Amino acid sequence: MKLHNIQFKLNGEKVSLTVEPSDVLLDVLRGKLGIKSPKVGCDRGDCGTCTVLMNGKTIRSCLALAVEADGSEIVTLEGANTRKWTQRLQKKFHEKNAFQCGFCAPGIILSATELLEKDPRPTKHDIKEAIAGNLCRCTGYEPIVEAIEEAAREK
Amino acid sequence: MDLQKIIAKPGKGAKSGKGVEELDVVGKSVLRVDGWEKIKGAAKYTDDLEFGPGLLYAAVVESPLAHAKIKSIDVSKAEKLPGVVKVVTGRSFTHKFGLYMTDRYVFATDTVRFVGEQVAAVVATDPKTALRGAALVAVEYEELTPVFDPVKALDKKSPLVHPDLKSYRHVPWFFPQPGTNIAHWRKTRKGDLAKGFKEADLVMEDTYCVPRYAHCAIEPHSVIGLYDDSGRLTMWTASQSPFTQRNVFAQALEPFGISHKDVRVISTYIGGGFGGKAGVSMEIIGAALAMSVPGRPIKVLWSRAQEFYNTYQRQGVTAKVKMGVKKDGRITALDFKLYWDAGAYVEYGANVVNAAGLSASGPYRVDNLSIDSMCIYTNLPPGGPYRGFGYSEFLFGLESHITRMAEKLGVDSVAFRKRNAIREGDTLPYGAHMNPNGIREAIEKVEKEIKWGVKERSKDPKKAIGKSLVCFWKSPAMPPNASSSAFLKFNEDASINILVSGMEIGQGLLTVMAQIASEVLSVPVAKIRVETPDTDRNPYEWQTVGSHVTWGCGNAVKRAAIEAREKIFGLVQRVHCLDKSTLYLEDEKVKCRTRPEFELRLRDFVINGIQADDHTFKGGPIMGTGMFMPEFASAISDPETGQGGHPNVHYTTGSAGIILEVDRETGKMKIKKAVLAVDCGKAINPDLVRGQIVGGLLQGFATVLYEDMRFNEKGRLLNPNFSDYKIPTVMDMPEKVVPIIIEVAQPDGPYGARGVGEHTMIPAAPLIANAVADAVGVRIQSMPVTKEKVALAMLNRRKSQVRGRR
Repeated sequence: MKLHNIQFKLNGEKVSLTVEPSDVLLDVLRGKLGIKSPKVGCDRGDCGTCTVLMNGKTIRSCLALAVEADGSEIVTLEGANTRKWTQRLQKKFHEKNAFQCGFCAPGIILSATELLEKDPRPTKHDIKEAIAGNLCRCTGYEPIVEAIEEAAREK
Repeated sequence: MDLQKIIAKPGKGAKSGKGVEELDVVGKSVLRVDGWEKIKGAAKYTDDLEFGPGLLYAAVVESPLAHAKIKSIDVSKAEKLPGVVKVVTGRSFTHKFGLYMTDRYVFATDTVRFVGEQVAAVVATDPKTALRGAALVAVEYEELTPVFDPVKALDKKSPLVHPDLKSYRHVPWFFPQPGTNIAHWRKTRKGDLAKGFKEADLVMEDTYCVPRYAHCAIEPHSVIGLYDDSGRLTMWTASQSPFTQRNVFAQALEPFGISHKDVRVISTYIGGGFGGKAGVSMEIIGAALAMSVPGRPIKVLWSRAQEFYNTYQRQGVTAKVKMGVKKDGRITALDFKLYWDAGAYVEYGANVVNAAGLSASGPYRVDNLSIDSMCIYTNLPPGGPYRGFGYSEFLFGLESHITRMAEKLGVDSVAFRKRNAIREGDTLPYGAHMNPNGIREAIEKVEKEIKWGVKERSKDPKKAIGKSLVCFWKSPAMPPNASSSAFLKFNEDASINILVSGMEIGQGLLTVMAQIASEVLSVPVAKIRVETPDTDRNPYEWQTVGSHVTWGCGNAVKRAAIEAREKIFGLVQRVHCLDKSTLYLEDEKVKCRTRPEFELRLRDFVINGIQADDHTFKGGPIMGTGMFMPEFASAISDPETGQGGHPNVHYTTGSAGIILEVDRETGKMKIKKAVLAVDCGKAINPDLVRGQIVGGLLQGFATVLYEDMRFNEKGRLLNPNFSDYKIPTVMDMPEKVVPIIIEVAQPDGPYGARGVGEHTMIPAAPLIANAVADAVGVRIQSMPVTKEKVALAMLNRRKSQVRGRR
């Protein structure tokens, strides 16, 4: 099997490693690079727990091959934790009791970060659209939507 | 501090019990103690733990058939694959195990009983090799006739799923019927049923069907097992019940000479449980593989598909309800037969059946009653615990039936419910008496919130609006001796570590336990750390299920905190010659009611003791232990009537209402408003209770509106993924949810609290079915109540009306 050398920026740092052509980005992040905030939930792009930012856009890292990351910039929640909008969101998520088990939290926070960085004045519908690909089984979504609304409101 | 002030704040800190208890922390919506960890992505779940390059991975060989004899298993090709370390089959594990009934094997040995059942496992150096190895294991089967329908499985000619049922060990409150597919038959009889029906002005009988459902926690099951060279087995599991798992592992591995002390279960945060991670399902594979490859950690991570077909599923039920009522709406008789599709193994699921069989009257007083709850083996995946534990399932039929009967009698269905709603002291179906409860207050508040009795019209003529109100109850289904314990220790700065084995499954247990200790000891929640369990270090907890941990584990923590407080007061009395009874805690200090100038900071002595006049030190590290077991409970009763025991510790009750818009053409439904009022005794953290209501309701609505397990005629699950088994996204949120907290104290609860986790899901199905009937006049008696079903029912009605006119 032909192995590939790939390089990309992960949370601001350059990484370089060898992968098989069939290696999935999520597995490489978790298994080889020690990045644990993106989770394995369904392995087919349905649940959104594996959400990461690739070149500023959210992707399902379970649907991306590691070789696709070559030359790109990948940001996971570990890296986004210092971003302004991420921090504002996190504060509101905590105040609103917006997560219970917390498993979907990293993915939802990244999806919401992407939204607010692009559009700091979203409508409720925009918010719902932004996180419609992230499943949460605990909260009924209401406190999550409210937290994003409040984060956007309180600049 | 003057005397007036002391009187105005009786028992402050020390909670001396004078007057009404004044609470500083309990009852406040303090922020979750596990909040930041989760929101920052730092919280670790089982699959996030690192085990280094020596970690091995397993893949299982699954049965393609629902019922078959295993003729042979050839592992030779798999064993030869480079990277494969070991192939394990049932030959090495012939010992049966199970929680309430020992009807399971680690791997199918001679018979497979559902599609997807594990027959063998391949351990390899990486996940891909393990999967390739599993594909190389050749199993030869001889197909047997399967049975999928619980009612058909009762037929004498039906194949037996467990011909050896007679030899299975089980708890004394189960009544298996050897020679049949009935694994357990709970009979509850009260009063005189025939007389009750005779008294009735209206008797109505009908059948309601509830299919199977999947928990769909977003985190799949995962386990890592390590049997090290010293002979100890460590299991890292995503579990709601680490101690129960330890017990079951020890039981299953008994032939290997494993003792409980040698089994250690460590549970990190779990990504949702909902009952699915309560017992031992796939985790047993991890334990068996660890025993097979000593010295190496082995990971088993379930795929989403396996999550659907080889953990526990919520059991389906065919429910036959016959009810008699007087003209004024009083229920005179109830004959309820519940035929549960319990699946291939019922070691946990049979207790769901038992719970429903004790409580299927719902929260109503019924003097003449008969309940038959039958746990029936089928060749479908094992049934088991799911949030609601049987109550959601029977409530669909019961509450649908009540609304229909009320309508037939011309009695307002809410007035009907109020008339029959259970009161404190009423005799329960099994003879014990009902606890204090706020069900009437709940009904009244919901009634008001949905403006019951006011017909609403949609502006869109294509749409109709319906309303409904239903009631619910549920008790923790626990063995009578299920217990909780807690260990609390102070640190130098008067911060506290609390060890419990109640699990944080998202409900907020860690926060609530910290609040209870904070209340007793006057130490702020921010200075209290509560960790997830490790059975070596944390004291015993039966399980985190049944909405019982706030009550049970909360009581244990409260007792531990009180014990620590008493030690503190005893020490201060000894050294400072102050009467213990005059001491109280406030702001992390010991204070004295009779000597207002006295104060002693906790941080100055809780580890290093108090220095006496002679310069010696008295005291030492302050610790407290607490345990709680409901010593009044008993599960032994007459097998023919269910009378004589006290199997349920208490019931949490409540009511829910809905305003539902239904499209007259497409059947599409929109929840305009959902209301749920629950009597949690005391909301220790109101925000967390509201979180349970909003989240639980949507999980419940999903079972009525979207979710639907489809099996083919061979017993294979056709939709084991989130594309085909739809759970709600944010787009499916109700327009408005109104959570209402009722507080009628539970006398033996911590600060009056009783559980609330499951109850919020239970009323969802009849709420929708009754509101659809109210809106468009069609009655759906089989879940789910999808838009397709509603549209087809409306279409059929139109067709029959047209035919009728011809």
